[in-house]
Amino acid sequence: MEVPILKQGDYLIASIQAALTDEDLLKLRDELAERVGKYRSRGVIVDVTVLDVMDSFASRTLTATAHMLRLRGAETVIVGIQPEVAFAMVQLGLTLEGVTTMLDLEEGLAFLNRQIKTKQGAKRAR
Amino acid sequence: MPGEILTEVRILIKSDADVVTARQQARSVATQLGFSGSDLTIIATAISEMARNIVSYTGMGEIILGPTHHGTKQGILMIARDEGPGIPNVAKAMQDGYSTGNSLGLGLPGTKRLMDEFDIVSEMGKGTTVTMKKWKR
Repeated sequence: MEVPILKQGDYLIASIQAALTDEDLLKLRDELAERVGKYRSRGVIVDVTVLDVMDSFASRTLTATAHMLRLRGAETVIVGIQPEVAFAMVQLGLTLEGVTTMLDLEEGLAFLNRQIKTKQGAKRAR
Repeated sequence: MPGEILTEVRILIKSDADVVTARQQARSVATQLGFSGSDLTIIATAISEMARNIVSYTGMGEIILGPTHHGTKQGILMIARDEGPGIPNVAKAMQDGYSTGNSLGLGLPGTKRLMDEFDIVSEMGKGTTVTMKKWKR
């Protein structure tokens, strides 16, 4: 099941619609890395609200994706991790180290808006 | 017991798509056995990890799901079995951070934390069987 990636202004929004295989996750990672360049995006939101399981592979792939996109110049926010999923992840020892997470899409967008403002402010101050 | 008595479900694991099937089946069997809420997620996550181990380390195996009980306790029995190379040092594989493959090394010890009972038997050249139980609260 392919993940639709929407472009919204400076951001890309990947909204996961159904359970993903490992292959789907790797495809999402590669697609995002490419599109961030194509659309010169500053931020990426990956919405995982519908995921009922986040196992070690999914966690590792999403962490790698966020780090890759940062190297490409875009901030990534993972939004929508459900409470039971968060509980199981912690038990498994999966913490998405170094990745920004937010409650939902709205919070994710607000975070990116703040981040980009701060970055632009820093540029102007130089 | 209301409704039909559930017998065991077997899922052949040979590709990453089967990992998704296995966790969906696990959720469905656990629901039929009367589990709910975060227990369903925990069971599906544990099965996902075990199915993933089979795909990453041995290529093929099976997951068996079914009911179990102990006295008045009711629960789900989950068996992950393969005929792969076996794990050379099971004690070490059960330590956090240890991994021979491309995983984070959280698979076995992490999954054990999710379960009420966890038993692993591995024989070199013959394969590995992980037996897990989760009791209803």
